[in-house]
Parts: sequence; C-alpha cells; structure tokens
Amino acid sequence: MKKVFGKPKSLKDAVFHYCPGCGHSIIHRLVAEIIDELNIEEKVIGVPPAGCAVLAYDYFDIDIGESPHGRGAAVATGLKRALPDRIVFTYQGDGDIAAIGTAETIHAANRGENITVIFVNNGVYGMTGGQMAPTTIIGQISTTTPGGRNEKRDGAPIDLSEMLALTDGTVYIERTAVDTPKNIIRTKKAIKKAFRVQMAGLGFSLVEVLSPCPTNLKLSPVQANEWIGSTMTNYFPLKVIKDKVGKLGASPHLE
Amino acid sequence: MATKSKRGLIKLDAELCKGCYLCKSVCPLNLISISDRLNQKGYHPAIYIEDDIGIKEHKCKGCALCAIVCPDIAIEVYRE
Ligand code: SF4
Ligand code: SF4
Ligand code: SF4
Repeated sequence: MKKVFGKPKSLKDAVFHYCPGCGHSIIHRLVAEIIDELNIEEKVIGVPPAGCAVLAYDYFDIDIGESPHGRGAAVATGLKRALPDRIVFTYQGDGDIAAIGTAETIHAANRGENITVIFVNNGVYGMTGGQMAPTTIIGQISTTTPGGRNEKRDGAPIDLSEMLALTDGTVYIERTAVDTPKNIIRTKKAIKKAFRVQMAGLGFSLVEVLSPCPTNLKLSPVQANEWIGSTMTNYFPLKVIKDKVGKLGASPHLE
Repeated sequence: MATKSKRGLIKLDAELCKGCYLCKSVCPLNLISISDRLNQKGYHPAIYIEDDIGIKEHKCKGCALCAIVCPDIAIEVYRE
C-alpha cells in the first residue's frame, strides 16, 4: 500500500484551533501542499491577518510576518521590497481585507506589488462573534443584522476582487470556493498559479476563496457548504476575474 | 480488457477528528459512519467502517475525496 494523501510537510504538528468544518483549515492545508510542491519552504513568507487565522504562525512551518489588522498588503509590500527573492503572501479574511484594510489593499494592488493575496471570504466577522462584514449578503442574518442585511440600511455586499481587477497593477485574480472536493482542487490550482505569477515576477495576484464559517452561519458544516453553493455564489460567482498573465509581453496594460 | 480497479484504505485519526462529517457526506461508497463514543475533544468522531476487514474485501478505492474535504487532516489515504 502506498500513501497517497497525508499532512503536508510545511505544516507543523500543531492541531488547528478552528471550529469543526471551518474552511480556514482546508485553505491552510492547500497553501502548505503548494509550498511543498513548489519546494519553496525556505523562501516563502506568510503574512497572517487579525481574525480567526491570526494564529497561522502556529501551523505553518515557514517564515511569518504578522500584520496589524487589515494591513497585510502593506506589510507584504515592505517584506517583498526588502527581500525580493522571497515569495510573500498575505492570508486575510473578508473583514480584514475588505473593511479594515481596504486602503492598503487597493493601493498595493494599484502599485502592482509583486505579492500574492489569499482572501478568505466567509461573509462574516468570524473571530469576534458573527457581526456583519462588508461581504455579508443581502438577507443574511448576523449579530448586527438580526433581521438580515438590508441593502437600503446596510449597503450591498462589496465585491473587492472585481474592484481590484479594475486597477492596472493586478495581473491575476480568481474567485474559488472550498465547498466541494472539486472546488477545493480548483482552489489549489488557483493559489498555485498565483504563487507562480509572483515567482515569475509578473505582479499582483489574488485568489478569493469562499469559505464556510459554520459556527457563525449557525449551520452544520455540511449545510454551510451547501449554502455557499446555493446562495453565496449568487453574489460572489466563481470565476477567473482577471488574467493578464498570458498577454503580458504584448501589452501589459490591456486586458 | 478489464483492469481490476485498485483497492485502497484510509486511516482516520479519531483524536484529530472534530465530528464535522464532511468526509461522510462525500464518500461515494458510504464507508464512513459516526462513532458512538466520544473522543478526548468531546466529539463523536467519524469512523471508517472497513477498519477491521481484510484488504481483499475493501470497497474503498482510495479516491481521497474524504481526505480532501477533511479540515483537520485526520485522514490518510493509501492505495494499492
Ligand atoms: S468562527 Fe468561523 S471562521 Fe472562525 S474558526 Fe470558527 S468556523 Fe472558522
Ligand atoms: S478514499 Fe474514497 S472510497 Fe475510500 S473512504 Fe475515502 S471517500 Fe470513501
Ligand atoms: S472530515 Fe475529518 S474532522 Fe470531519 S468528521 Fe471526517 S475525519 Fe472528522
């Protein structure tokens, strides 16, 4: 018998503190598998957020530069400029990247910083107990929208990835999910491509991953995944949002 | 020509399991069920029902779908 699936080596032995069925655990594993496959464990630097994934340094056996809330892209900019031969990625939740750190994210993207952003969108502030996030969808119940998010009162969900795609500096942006085995495999492909874009020096890459937070959705893990497929993707459709990589040589500023 | 499809098995670490049952929901052959006992974390862990069966009798193909969806990396997959 041959072992065909096990724990990636760039994860430490530590047990994840995430809730049962949490998408963070899956995305951590995918990132670690990619680091193993690209053989960059010694060269990669991760920048975790404030939020449920704040303790990512406990899990990844790689260099980590912790960031103030939302400022991952700014921290990653500094790390990458000081150490250009390193592969620098941020790992940020929706509250972190799309509310608290919107400015830093947009300007890093617009400057075309050669970094990779992993944007974990679970539609809610997870760690602080399920408040409405900028990405909470219309009608979704959270602790601060007990009657459901109301567009007139609370605004519509922000599609940060589409916004970033409008800036010249971004070269590759894709939205995926970790709700099914197929989508988990797609997510891995997308994050791997984003790392490769950076390794080739091509510019700013981002993968938005729709990720279940069963605890705050107050659903079972299986139901939370179903909700992503049936409801969340209506607001955040899974697709390649921007891909300039193939056309870079000819005209870098045109789609 | 018929090629014999490969057999596989999984090793499910009940102490790492948090009882999310995502593995159970995706196994195409329904080879995962739920234990009556509690693990040290206080969850009813998932169990692989072919644990005590000889490999020749295994239905498991080692497709790894269960492991791919397991958030807690509680499942290792082996294939012939
Ligand atoms: S609160 Fe939500 S995002 Fe945070 S660990 Fe629990 S399930 Fe995951
Ligand atoms: S490897 Fe495939 S067949 Fe075997 S238990 Fe897991 S999901 Fe079922
Ligand atoms: S997916 Fe993993 S953590 Fe969830 S029930 Fe199965 S073995 Fe346990």
